[in-house]
Amino acid sequence: MDATSMIHLDRVTKIYPGSETPAVEELTLDIHKGEILVLVGPSGCGKSTTLRLINRMIEPSGGTILFDGEDVTNVNPDHLRRRIGYVIQQIGLFPHHTIADNIATVPKMLGWDKKRISSRVDELLDVMGLEPSEYRDRYPRELSGGQAQRVGVARALGADPDVMLMDEPFGAIDPITRDRLQNEFLRLQAVLGKTIVFVTHDIDEAIKMGDRIAILGERSTVRQIDTPERILALPADEFVDDFIGSGSTLKGLHFERVSGLDLTTYPTMALDDPVESGLTTLQASRQEWLLLLDSERRPVRWLRAGDLKRGVSGKGLLQYGQHVRSRVEENATLHDTLEEMLKSSTGRACVVDARGRFVGAVEIGHLTEVIRRLRDEAQAHYDSLEGSS
Amino acid sequence: MSDSKETDGPNALDRVAIISAGMSGVPARVNHSLTTDDDATDLAVAAVDIRPSRKRPLGLILAPIGIIALATLLWIYYRSLGLDSGDNFQQASALDWSVKLWPQTVEQVSIALWSTVIVVLIAVPAGIALTRPALRRYGPAVLSIANVGQALPAYGLLVLFLLLLGQGLTTVIWALVLFALLPVLRNTMVGLDGVDKPTIEAGRGMGMTKLQALIRIEIPLAVPVIIAGVRTAMIINIGMATLAFLIGGGGLGITINSGLKLQQDPVLLVGAGLVAIIALSFDWLGAVAERYLKPRGI
Repeated sequence: MDATSMIHLDRVTKIYPGSETPAVEELTLDIHKGEILVLVGPSGCGKSTTLRLINRMIEPSGGTILFDGEDVTNVNPDHLRRRIGYVIQQIGLFPHHTIADNIATVPKMLGWDKKRISSRVDELLDVMGLEPSEYRDRYPRELSGGQAQRVGVARALGADPDVMLMDEPFGAIDPITRDRLQNEFLRLQAVLGKTIVFVTHDIDEAIKMGDRIAILGERSTVRQIDTPERILALPADEFVDDFIGSGSTLKGLHFERVSGLDLTTYPTMALDDPVESGLTTLQASRQEWLLLLDSERRPVRWLRAGDLKRGVSGKGLLQYGQHVRSRVEENATLHDTLEEMLKSSTGRACVVDARGRFVGAVEIGHLTEVIRRLRDEAQAHYDSLEGSS
Repeated sequence: MSDSKETDGPNALDRVAIISAGMSGVPARVNHSLTTDDDATDLAVAAVDIRPSRKRPLGLILAPIGIIALATLLWIYYRSLGLDSGDNFQQASALDWSVKLWPQTVEQVSIALWSTVIVVLIAVPAGIALTRPALRRYGPAVLSIANVGQALPAYGLLVLFLLLLGQGLTTVIWALVLFALLPVLRNTMVGLDGVDKPTIEAGRGMGMTKLQALIRIEIPLAVPVIIAGVRTAMIINIGMATLAFLIGGGGLGITINSGLKLQQDPVLLVGAGLVAIIALSFDWLGAVAERYLKPRGI
């Protein structure tokens, strides 16, 4: 383990009584301070068990767990858990306690005074986007699923723990609300910087939430642990590749943005420019297409030399060539850009600035180049790891 | 034996079902202004406001009115018998209020109350113990013993206790304890087992000790089911106390029995009427307890 390690599992093993094969076998795992580490794997791979070994909801059969350098394998598990936020899929709010009492559960056990508890509760409700005066005295049954899980997260944050364990926290929530809660949580985490272990079976959620992802196989063995970018670019083995499923390359494009590309320039002409000058620029550029811009320099139509030779000018040109269907901004991800490109009949997307003015174009070649680069970078990373070990 | 188990279980649980049905009968109103953040998806999470109202259900108000009406009718009937006239000495002596009816009523109620209190003191802790992991495997065995109490004919059980403990009020109380143990024990176990497991896990996961989880989560959430069992036990005991006279335990059974033996229908009627009024009153008290001892929010 190194200095940045918050939780360190050292050859942690769990064998259930009466079972021959261990549920978790000699798992060694380092969770860095302030990161979201996602444990992801097929059902029954032991990822939830692993999570519950960390807060000793399940007692390990062997191995050691270090918590910020301190061996917690033998401390009182109840006291240990009060230092760790815990969020589960079923939420498990106490139905007979008000929202405020639910959130105050751990602070009360830690013996905080009333004033401190009540201001902490209000603060957390506020952070979660639930108006304190409205929600404090309500009961869980009055909440929607999304609101209930927000309270669940608030409750886990109650005593401001350094570490949070989250077991498929958004698994039972409808897709729209889930997406929203994920975004809210990522925004929150950017401020709080907690050390989070997050379990999910959904690779897309893992890619979205994880600073790093650990892909677990049977008996909770780590098949690959790395940043989502590198896992997508270069799956370690067939198991990981299968688990990521088809479209891993496509998913990798989520992490790259248009601003990182060397855009193709195209000859342009404005609507009120003389056609002849447009034709000259096009021929000089040796490109096949010219982009017609409006008076604000916003792309309007793709034109070929033939279109310019028809003898029409100005607005008349709008009947010819190809309509510009796909525009992306510079901060768009390559994934969204590809989507735009597929919609366009020309197979390329116009990049525009915030005011819609033409900046350049993205071609399919750009994407294949990025994909190759990502793979090479990942390969180089692994080669250097191998070289140093 | 298993038959009795089948018939009692649904009885106790039905009550719970009826209560919860009553709760959901509260009209739900949709509140669109619950969340304060500005995302459009808020419409999707606009909560249905199902805040339970604390209004008393109609039944709780109507029942005492009915009981009072019944008592008034019985009193009018009692006055109309003309017991002071000296025409019917047997009747007058059997229905004497201060010598016979009132003391018997007190006996009837105290038999039922004491046996129920003892049942609760035994069955609730036993039910808690038998749902702990260490003792869980003894649960079925203990339940079947408790089942014996209820499966035996009431008369037989009383006579058995007479042989063991001799005549008197205490014997009756202990017999009734065995008789009414099952509903409370089983409802305690069912109630505790029925507590949502993730809720307990969330509590334990936040660092509650086993005892804290039991006291703060499991028991409060099981209270409605446990009280339903106590209510059943109470009603059983009120009714069974009528048989106490068989082994010298007193109670209104004496008056009813005199009415039968002397073929004096008015005596029979007054005795039975008083038992009915007591039973209905206690059932009403049980319903009130179920309603107001239930934790808020569930």
